[in-house]
Amino acid sequence: MSSENMNLTLKVWRQRNGQSQGSFETYQAKSVSPDMSFLEMMDVVNEDLIKGGKDPIAFDHDCREGICGTCSMYINGRAHGPVKGVTACQLHMRSFIDGETITIEPWRATAFPVLKDLIVDRSAFDRIQQAGGFVSVNTGSVPDANAIPVAKACADEAFNSAACIGCGACVAACKNSSAMLFVSAKVSQYAMLPQGDVERKDRVIKMVSQMDEEGFGTCTNTEACEAECPKGISVTNIARLNREYLRAKLTE
Amino acid sequence: MTLDSKIPAGPLSEKWDNHKFKLKLVNPANKRKYDIIVVGTGLAGASAAASLAELGYNVKTFCFQDSPRRAHSIAAQGGINAAKNYRNDGDSVYRLFYDTIKGGDYRAREANVHRLAQVSVNIIDQCVAQGVPFAREYGGLLDNRSFGGAQVSRTFYAKGQTGQQLLLGAYSAMNRQIAEGKIKSYTRHEMLDVVLVDGQARGIIARDLVTGEIERHAGHAVLLCTGGYGNVFYLTTYARGSNGTAVWRAHKKGAYFGNPCFTQIHPTCIPVSGDHQSKLTLMSESLRNDGRIWVPKEKGDKRKPEAIPENERDYYLERIYPSFGNLVPRDIASRKAKEVCDEGRGVGSTGLAVYLDFADAIKRLGKDAVEAKYGNLFDMYKQITGEDPYQTPMRIYPAVHYTMGGLWVDYNLMTSVPGLYACGEANFSDHGANRLGASALMQGLADGYFVIPATLGDYLASVERKPISSDSPEFDAAEKAVKDGIEKLLSIKGNKTVHEFQRELGQIMWNHCGMARNEAGLKEGIEKIKQLRNEFWKDIHIPGTDQELNQNLEKAGRVADFLELGELMMVDALHRNESCGGHFREEFQTPEGEARRDDDNYTYVAAWEYKGEGQPEQLHKEKLDFESVTLTQRSYK
Ligand SMILES: Cc1cc2nc3c(=O)[nH]c(=O)nc-3n(C[C@H](O)[C@H](O)[C@H](O)COP(=O)(O)OP(=O)(O)OC[C@H]3O[C@@H](n4cnc5c(N)ncnc54)[C@H](O)[C@@H]3O)c2cc1C
Ligand code: SF4
Ligand code: FES
Repeated sequence: MSSENMNLTLKVWRQRNGQSQGSFETYQAKSVSPDMSFLEMMDVVNEDLIKGGKDPIAFDHDCREGICGTCSMYINGRAHGPVKGVTACQLHMRSFIDGETITIEPWRATAFPVLKDLIVDRSAFDRIQQAGGFVSVNTGSVPDANAIPVAKACADEAFNSAACIGCGACVAACKNSSAMLFVSAKVSQYAMLPQGDVERKDRVIKMVSQMDEEGFGTCTNTEACEAECPKGISVTNIARLNREYLRAKLTE
Repeated sequence: MTLDSKIPAGPLSEKWDNHKFKLKLVNPANKRKYDIIVVGTGLAGASAAASLAELGYNVKTFCFQDSPRRAHSIAAQGGINAAKNYRNDGDSVYRLFYDTIKGGDYRAREANVHRLAQVSVNIIDQCVAQGVPFAREYGGLLDNRSFGGAQVSRTFYAKGQTGQQLLLGAYSAMNRQIAEGKIKSYTRHEMLDVVLVDGQARGIIARDLVTGEIERHAGHAVLLCTGGYGNVFYLTTYARGSNGTAVWRAHKKGAYFGNPCFTQIHPTCIPVSGDHQSKLTLMSESLRNDGRIWVPKEKGDKRKPEAIPENERDYYLERIYPSFGNLVPRDIASRKAKEVCDEGRGVGSTGLAVYLDFADAIKRLGKDAVEAKYGNLFDMYKQITGEDPYQTPMRIYPAVHYTMGGLWVDYNLMTSVPGLYACGEANFSDHGANRLGASALMQGLADGYFVIPATLGDYLASVERKPISSDSPEFDAAEKAVKDGIEKLLSIKGNKTVHEFQRELGQIMWNHCGMARNEAGLKEGIEKIKQLRNEFWKDIHIPGTDQELNQNLEKAGRVADFLELGELMMVDALHRNESCGGHFREEFQTPEGEARRDDDNYTYVAAWEYKGEGQPEQLHKEKLDFESVTLTQRSYK
């Protein structure tokens, strides 16, 4: 529970819209309780800005419990900030120290253009999923749920890949802005399950091709993505994607 | 207008099948001539949109987040019920129906609830086929867990992220239809009004939240799948963006509001830590299986929990309810926590918390076993509070979690406005006065995958197939009203922020229309809301313009609607002179302090009709007939 409140300096990226140039602005965050979440600290700063007749800092957020994948801030040079395994909304101010200067930027990637301040457009992720991130079954025309047993190990593995929240931190963390971790997690989920088997070749080719079209960079195995992923998505997914892709291409 | 619930005749278990057979059909070649607008892409909206598109309709979807996948459904943790009886433990469609009706304290429609239980089995089949990675056993078959309010294991789950996995399944089905060109998805768009032409819903007015542009979208039917309105209380377990604007604006266009005061308050949430607090985090109900709830016997005892000896602790649930103990239903656990805190025995810096203690469980089972069961929840608690629940008891307090009330719909899920439908948490239909755990996900997907695809055609078959134009006086008027509303908000340029108003409203709602309600308190609350509303329209300050991404402007519109909806909730709570489920009126309790229903006078759905600004709403009663179950008083002693 709370110890002393802190005073912090924030350097925040401000950008009116997609067309304008952005720049850093400096703000003071006074009397910040260590019990606040990072976004609650931002709320307080925004209230001050509004009261002072200024435009508040726009940032994306919704669930504030680390599951919706909406929040997206690059804090002190790290996607989602300094604590491993948590999103910006789950980060608490007790991870910072009194007097610290905190730099806050949006995700930076060609495929994620800035819309305003810290808000970026991640619709490229949706389009990659539309390219093939599904099993083609219509509502109602399916067998009983227990008709096809799935080995527990496969189901658990599929779940681990499916835990991706689509936040885009992996892209932001990567010096090449590669989306491989995100795409490989989805490809892996289906590849591990019998339900996804039928379309696995088509799926991987289409999703990878859409990923390239969106302007994400290539993967050079730096593994920065895994280090910053709040859900612990493993780079073994990327290895699996590469195998899936190769196999699909060879038998095309 | 009289309320016609359109409940089909015949025996309960045959109603749905008979009804489906009698519904008019749209021939496959004609389906593509209909445009359907689906507002909301949570479980209800995404499943409806995908299923309707698969049938051949042209669908447009809308959500205010940046992707359909981020709807609030994503946050559901525990699981989804279905009457599969895979455990061979005596479950059946009828038992799920019965548990749901009883859990809802006999304030839901039998026919709807039975249909829900019937289609629940198909939901699991559908999700598995989509590649939803449910938990499995070593034999490769699906695993189940048990949940509050049921004596069988019928809850399917995917770790603590069931909502996420189900939503991603529905989202993937949507994506397939987007790729096929059958769905057009509008993200970062907010619906601000329904457009009626000749009394029928024929489209919406939406704002592009990035550019600020006001758009018209026309269609042959409009589905509102916009979730619950619990954020009227401000501090809740809902996502921050969840709001009541869509349902409220539809209400003002003629859709009746069903049981607005029925709110669910979840007993185990992480308590408020200070004024900065922006939301409350749910701690799974499953913790009550092994945690013991207590407060000090003495008022104002400020010692650390470890320093309070056993004989100075009050394990009040175990004391009052020896047979159910810490596992009493949600509404009772919540109310009792409030009572001990009101007595001054609450703990933590605010005094608004009780202990949930695992010391005995750790002694009995060992730390490893407790960690295996609850490890992720303990970690989450530690991340938020900075305290280690292995060392010191958790502090918990109840928080608003779900709204059973919503737009009134008939058996076909159509509101009182022809062509306007409501699915998922946005409607009032299946949970009566209290929802059982793991039943909201079930209802959202039942509505979207199985009910609406069957019932919508019946309406469409009776309307003209030619495209609906948005170039009409009705659209002109609706668009103008929306623009005027925004301009009015921006022109006030007062001194208070949206956030301040939202917090004040939340306080009023919580104090006067929260876990326990009474006549005097509700009357006072209504006056306070009226005052706050006046102040809002005089003193709100919204920075920026309407021609840009403006989060304060978005929020201001939502708070303006909450300021009206909150009053209706109080009016409804005031009129219902009984206690049932989540609605506890202090005047109506048994000598032991339990809820006392009044079945003779209140076995009905309260459906409220909007009568114009400043006018009292008109109450319509839909009487509930119980043919299959006998009404009894709940007892957990
Ligand atoms: C923390 C938590 C845990 C839960 N756990 C469980 C559980 O374990 N089991 C269970 O059964 N239930 C659970 N619930 C309840 C359940 O999650 C919800 O009731 C359910 O997901 C609601 O789904 P929905 O599709 O009706 O709405 P939502 O998922 O809330 O979706 C609403 C959609 O409407 C859109 N929208 C809203 N207004 C507008 C507008 N004006 N314009 C455009 N779009 C709009 C939003 O963008 C969103 O896409 C839980 C709830 C919470 C808060
Ligand atoms: S892989 Fe991890 S970092 Fe990348 S989008 Fe998914 S959850 Fe976010
Ligand atoms: S706001 Fe949902 S993950 Fe951060």
